[in-house]
Amino acid sequence: MVLVAVVTGIVTWLLVVFRVPVGDWVESIVNWLTASAGWLFDFIRVIVNWMTGSLERVLIWPPSYVMAGVFGIVGWRARGLGFGALSFVGFVLIQSMRLWNDAMSTLSLVVVAAFVAVIVGVPLGILAANSEITSRIFRPVLDFMQTLPVFVYLIPAIIFFGIGKVPGVFATVIFAMPPAVRLTELGLRQVDQEVVEAAEAFGAPKFKILRKVQLPLAMPTLMAGVNQVIMLALSMVVTAGIVGAGGLGAVVYRGVTRLDVGLGFEGGLAVVILAIFLDRLTGALSGRKDGQKSTAT
Amino acid sequence: MPGYGVMHNLMNKLEIKNLYKIFGKDGLRAYELIRNGVSLDEVRGCLDAFPAVVDASFDVKEGEIFVVMGLSGSGKSSLVRCMNRLYEPTAGSISIDGVDLTRLSQKELRRLRLEKISMVFQHFALFPHYSVLENTGWGLEVKGVDKAAIKTKALEALEMVGLSGWEDKYPHQLSGGMQQRVGLARALATDTNILLMDEAFSALDPLIRNEMQQQLVMLQGDLQKTVVFITHDLNEAMYLGDRIAIMKDGHIEQIGTAEDILRNPATEYVAAFIEQVDRSRVLTAGSIMSEPVAVLPIWEGPSAALRTMRERQVSALHLVGPKQYLLGVVYADEVISAVRTGESELEPLVHPEVPAVGQSTPIADLLVSSAEYMLPLPVVEEGKLVGVVPRVALLMALGERVNASNGNGDGDVSAGVSNPARERELQTVGVSSASSAK
Repeated sequence: MVLVAVVTGIVTWLLVVFRVPVGDWVESIVNWLTASAGWLFDFIRVIVNWMTGSLERVLIWPPSYVMAGVFGIVGWRARGLGFGALSFVGFVLIQSMRLWNDAMSTLSLVVVAAFVAVIVGVPLGILAANSEITSRIFRPVLDFMQTLPVFVYLIPAIIFFGIGKVPGVFATVIFAMPPAVRLTELGLRQVDQEVVEAAEAFGAPKFKILRKVQLPLAMPTLMAGVNQVIMLALSMVVTAGIVGAGGLGAVVYRGVTRLDVGLGFEGGLAVVILAIFLDRLTGALSGRKDGQKSTAT
Repeated sequence: MPGYGVMHNLMNKLEIKNLYKIFGKDGLRAYELIRNGVSLDEVRGCLDAFPAVVDASFDVKEGEIFVVMGLSGSGKSSLVRCMNRLYEPTAGSISIDGVDLTRLSQKELRRLRLEKISMVFQHFALFPHYSVLENTGWGLEVKGVDKAAIKTKALEALEMVGLSGWEDKYPHQLSGGMQQRVGLARALATDTNILLMDEAFSALDPLIRNEMQQQLVMLQGDLQKTVVFITHDLNEAMYLGDRIAIMKDGHIEQIGTAEDILRNPATEYVAAFIEQVDRSRVLTAGSIMSEPVAVLPIWEGPSAALRTMRERQVSALHLVGPKQYLLGVVYADEVISAVRTGESELEPLVHPEVPAVGQSTPIADLLVSSAEYMLPLPVVEEGKLVGVVPRVALLMALGERVNASNGNGDGDVSAGVSNPARERELQTVGVSSASSAK
């Protein structure tokens, strides 16, 4: 007890007397990274540019009304006719606001960022579910990633990747990844221990148990995580508009800087339509469970 | 139980030696302390350690149903999970067919699980996203068997447990009893010799549980698996177990047949525990019978019979042929009139209807016959008279520690059902059955 008091006292005194140069430390780390891992960042920039670019080209290649029809059909298959019709109307509205290309650009950014976040996040979640120590290390890091104001990511992102889509994707991935890790871990931990033991008792190797038993049973929770990732990615992508990622974010940003209420609202509405569409779509995916129609196994 | 006597010639399938399982960070240190005589409570108090299994040693013979019985927290589930290393034992050895499990690599261990041990779980532990067929075939799928063969094998196993026609259903469409049948089929499908059953029937309601117990006994009779069965229900233990180990606080308190444990409880705990058992279902005629006194060879005459009756103060006699073959009974009134008419043979006087019982008949089945029959009940093995059960012996056996209620309410299992294995050995002499005796 006394020891804790003494240590707290000393630490407080040090903090009061000295300025702790956290900023300098982070800056030197960023500088060091830029200098020594430049090739890596270049590589990432090329890959991400290629991914978002090709996806965007695919999305705007057909006439916008055709594409809106495609989204409508996807919505119909996933959730029913009503949702399909509403999706179609929503996308047509985006086109009629003349925001189609911006919306497709944003959509491609979101999809790529969410894809990367899931690809990285799910394995991290699996690690965390299998090891108490990893889980304990991850928890504060994930808190940090989620609560640090989003603009702060943009600064090193610009230093690493320059202006454009890539820093936007980078910041979005970092901001949107935590739910993928968290809900994967949660989903795996929720799987009935006895069921896992049963799989093990018949001599199945760990990877097979993961693939055939744990992941399928964790799927509803895991898909809820994917849904969260996409939602967070969409909210971040707007912010990414500031650093030249383009898309709806840029439209909204332009509206804000010019005090153009109409433009800002139109951009915002398009974001909302995208958000609802993506949310309901991924929600429908996570709702399919219990092996009623488990063709996946 | 005499019926299982042949097993003693067979080898030990499973040998557990000085097995310890201590959970917690300080497991190994706790192990050292316990070995040096520190009590479990002290260990629990000062270390981050939870001893679940402490110094367990026993053998399980091939074809035996070995029951581990204990209340919750007694360590029985940890013990059974050590037996296929779902839990890593802290110390000790587990040998299957002479191979020490604790020394196997992960890969060898997986192979052994595939080929030698399968397991049935308390809450069934079926895969909810798999169909009944896919669940049953899981072990084979892990083995890498091709699809057609899996299907054949799995269907066979489902038929064994009486679930033909259900293979395309999903677990949530089945009742609890049926789900556990799938669990059993999954374990049978891999053709392993050893079955570990962790409270396999505890989650089922009593009627279904009875049915499953009977089915297990029958399957075991056909397939001759070696079964380690975990339960908290003493009646279930007594009904299923060829031998029973009673566990408390991680220790094995006693190992023995149901009768051993009932008649000679090793510790106070066991003694307190068995008070809830229906003794009349567990004790057998063979265990309480005595030397026959009112017995006479057939070649003696009526006057010798009369003399013997007078000497032994009885009004009837069992008659035996050569090698103690039981022929029937003669009654005093008829013998007296035979002596009066100068008859020299006993043979025409013999009544062949005798309520004979086998050595393994539970004493509950003796009560009615004993009340109706004027002589001590003859105990017969392959036609030979091996002993008798006098009424007084029956009453004393029941009275030793009578608890007249049938079991403990929760697990009124053996009281309602009698062991099919035992029933097969019920024997009668001559043309009659027990109930038609005078």
